[in-house]
Amino acid sequence: MGTGGETAAVVGIGMTEFSATRGDVSMPGLVREAAQRALEDAQMDWEDIDAVVMGKAPDFFEGVMMPEIFLSEALGCVGKPMLRVHTAGSVGGSTALVAASLIHSGVHQKVLTVAWEKQSESNAMWALSLKQPFQVSINAGAGGYFSPIIRQYMIESDAPDLIGCMVAYKDRQHALLNPYAHLHQPDLTFDQVVESPMLWEPIRYSETCPSSDGAAAMVIVHESVAEKSANPAWIHAGAMRSEANNFPGRDEVNPQASRECAADLWKQAGISNPREEIDAVEMYVPFSWYEPMWLESLGFCERGDGWKMVESGATHLEGGDLPVNCSGGVLSSNPIGASGMIRFAEAALQVRGMAGQHQVAGAKKALGHAYGGGAQYFAMWVVGADKPTS
Amino acid sequence: MSEIIIPEILQGKEPVQSVRTPIRMEYTFTPGVAAQAYLREFGKKKILANVSPVDGAILVPPRGADPRHGVLCEEFVELPHQGHVGSFCITNVPIPGRKDLDLPYISAWIFLDGADIGFLNLVSECPPEDCRIGMRVEAVWKPDDEIGMTAENILYWRPNGEPDIPFDQAGVRGWRYRASENSDA
Repeated sequence: MGTGGETAAVVGIGMTEFSATRGDVSMPGLVREAAQRALEDAQMDWEDIDAVVMGKAPDFFEGVMMPEIFLSEALGCVGKPMLRVHTAGSVGGSTALVAASLIHSGVHQKVLTVAWEKQSESNAMWALSLKQPFQVSINAGAGGYFSPIIRQYMIESDAPDLIGCMVAYKDRQHALLNPYAHLHQPDLTFDQVVESPMLWEPIRYSETCPSSDGAAAMVIVHESVAEKSANPAWIHAGAMRSEANNFPGRDEVNPQASRECAADLWKQAGISNPREEIDAVEMYVPFSWYEPMWLESLGFCERGDGWKMVESGATHLEGGDLPVNCSGGVLSSNPIGASGMIRFAEAALQVRGMAGQHQVAGAKKALGHAYGGGAQYFAMWVVGADKPTS
Repeated sequence: MSEIIIPEILQGKEPVQSVRTPIRMEYTFTPGVAAQAYLREFGKKKILANVSPVDGAILVPPRGADPRHGVLCEEFVELPHQGHVGSFCITNVPIPGRKDLDLPYISAWIFLDGADIGFLNLVSECPPEDCRIGMRVEAVWKPDDEIGMTAENILYWRPNGEPDIPFDQAGVRGWRYRASENSDA
């Protein structure tokens, strides 16, 4: 059990406000804002940090190649070790895991990790649907890719048509409790979600994520440093897996890489019944139907039962036994490269009791989850209020 | 941090917040051995697939490797011009550079008869509400004098009127269905 090696914890968390256009800051200004807030939370200064680990979605989104080089000064890491992580949409999660591995391995004591995206200076939708030589150009963005998979889930699980709308409405309600969230839609009604235009049938406009600017940062430290902190979030488990996106017999709805990543995670965390033992979930849901699909894949219920959890209200902050995306999730803020790290950071905020209005009362263990590519890259961690026992 | 001193000539001017600097890059793309073989035959209205040396899986379009095992695929086989819809999206979002597409259009994973993976293509001559997972389709080619070594030789796929493939045998489920049938036998 356990992550192996040295024990690590999150002692500082910082995020920017998320919005369609952060015209008031440059890319360096954006990452520095999140990093500065994480350092303040950790009660540290730039010189306390041993190394920096940075992640973002593919460079061609903003058209700045290897942006970690030109962001080094803004992140105070000139002359310090700096690592860049690339795993498409899951990158925010895997970046946090790489930062944690520098502590687990005993290489460093205090690591700053940052993930970001500035979608206002890019066109991510069409960057994801580039015309490939000698291939037919027919796919319109990520929604066009995930729609056929969602359609299969709906048939396989015999789910009612409006489950996706329930998820979207719930996450937008949660977002009202998170001052950082991009979408604040206090007047949105469930009927408006249902009546919003079909973009990629069966995916409606209101069932998709927005396009956001933003960054998230964390300070991850060794146990000996964390013990001086008032309320660290202890890392109980961390796992990554990946698979190809097209091969014979691929289970597109419930990918093998996702199932095996979750199994490894629960084993490390010593968790045998995730639904009972996890108090809060921050899951990567850019299209509403992925909430029931990942609930099944992660083992919170049997295959085919995820939509029943949604329908019963189990995933609501108010009254649910397994609140999912209390921050509003990716459906309410999507700075792509940062979105995975926001999930990981929100899980840590929950077990530190620092999630403000969207706090799950008494949360002791929380899951942070991210996926990327054609639902083929996965990164997950479990954080706890108490130090891991193994 | 030291204070930034703005030269007198710039004082009182509106600060620049962003500049647009369009760039252009040109490159030569080499399709590689498998894709070249595919395109040459596709230019003669033939569809080639790779055969996996591991278990005989049929991979189309051929990429020269089996992604499950990381092994080279050197054997080719010709496939028929018909198959079924594995799954699909009814799209209401236009694609830049494809002004020929009327909204909504159907982008579908086409599984050719005998193939073990699908590829994304356009389905037409079918009202969106009539499209189904498992629906049988056939290729509609460009006129012979417009055919070339390009991916666009097939204009779209249309229903061929044959009975549907059952859901549990359609698309990615087909491979698993056949595997379970073989293990039962």
